[in-house]
Amino acid sequence: MTSNNDSGLSRRKILECMTWAGTGVLWTVAGGVPRSMGIIAEAEAAQPSGLTFLQISDSHIGFDKPANPNAIGTLEEAINKIKNLPVKPAFIIHTGDVTHLSKPSEFDDADRIIAQTRLDVHYVPGEHDFLDDDQKLYREHYGRGTKGAGWYSFDANGVHFIGLVNVVDLKAGGLGKLGPEQLEWLEDDLKARAASTPIVVFAHIPLWTVYEQWGWGTEDSARALEYLKRFGSVTVLNGHIHQIMQKVEGNVTFHTARSTAFPQPAPGTAPSPGPMKVPEEKLRTVLGVTDVTFKRGQQRLAIIDETLQG
Amino acid sequence: MRARNGAFGCVLAASLAAGVIAGAADLHVLSAHAADTEVKIDNFAFLPQRLAVKAGTTVTWMNADDSPHTVVSESKLFKSKALDTDDRFSFTFTTPGVYAYFCSVHPRMTGTVVVEAATGSSMAQ
Repeated sequence: MTSNNDSGLSRRKILECMTWAGTGVLWTVAGGVPRSMGIIAEAEAAQPSGLTFLQISDSHIGFDKPANPNAIGTLEEAINKIKNLPVKPAFIIHTGDVTHLSKPSEFDDADRIIAQTRLDVHYVPGEHDFLDDDQKLYREHYGRGTKGAGWYSFDANGVHFIGLVNVVDLKAGGLGKLGPEQLEWLEDDLKARAASTPIVVFAHIPLWTVYEQWGWGTEDSARALEYLKRFGSVTVLNGHIHQIMQKVEGNVTFHTARSTAFPQPAPGTAPSPGPMKVPEEKLRTVLGVTDVTFKRGQQRLAIIDETLQG
Repeated sequence: MRARNGAFGCVLAASLAAGVIAGAADLHVLSAHAADTEVKIDNFAFLPQRLAVKAGTTVTWMNADDSPHTVVSESKLFKSKALDTDDRFSFTFTTPGVYAYFCSVHPRMTGTVVVEAATGSSMAQ
């Protein structure tokens, strides 16, 4: 079950996404603009001259509730897909909730499984990764070289990547939060960059308000976006909501990834955003492949789901 | 004031607290029912969201969700560990006042415990 809404625009000239291999999104930066690889066949044909990387999110290792009693197993399946990708990504970004309860064994299991890709992995934390008493395990595992609660930036093939943390020191009644210290760092980090530098920002909670009633947003993200406004190509990759959402605002494309562990309901369609139980035979369908295509010229979003069971 | 984690101690605390409440004479604020000292965490909400108790009452929170939650006082008076499904957290309120709390993992989840003087009804709203 696929569909293709191409209507004349060259696929190479537009930002479009994407293929989800269970949980992974394969991104390619060609000509300075990140684009996702389409279906596997397309990925083989594309011969990316630039940079290809992959996003996984919300592996929730340790989760064993009815929505998916085996979150380890589905992460392993996702990792196997990544290992078998025809185009080897340069690295992986993990947009948080590596673990479910921040237990040492959960971090260890996640590390052991993800290491099988033999790829560099750039992490940002989710709120589930800071549940230990002194919030030290995430930092011990992934915090080296990062600032504050774990933010940092790096460059790859001319693209500037920024990993942000919006899951600490949250205030009652509020949403995700970056905080003044991180925002100052971000402003400073961007200052010296040319506006033509493609920017990829990744953080756990969406940096735009997906659904305030469920806390799916970041209360001070407007300031971050203000700093990013002058850049010609900004891609914001998030997790947290366990489903694909995409929005485009000016030069900024926002995108959320699926989880490798369990789905969550669409905004407002359930009493709460808790794990959504789907029939067992449907789980991998929900964690399956989804193409989301945005065509900049048309200001139109096309979301195409494709089952993995086919 | 003391905070307790762990289901065992909490269940005990809850039953003791229930005894205290049931034995009190002036109960116009709340009914003499053990459930009144338990706050259920369900569907990303604290139920009841506003709980009124007498000073000396131990309140127990029980997480019925498939997601971990915390119970954190806005004034930092009490703070639970992450509560997984069916985990409990108890806190004994000794001083009258209004205690706002929230889940630090899902901060849209907020609740209030109103603690009134243990004797007499002059402090009651």
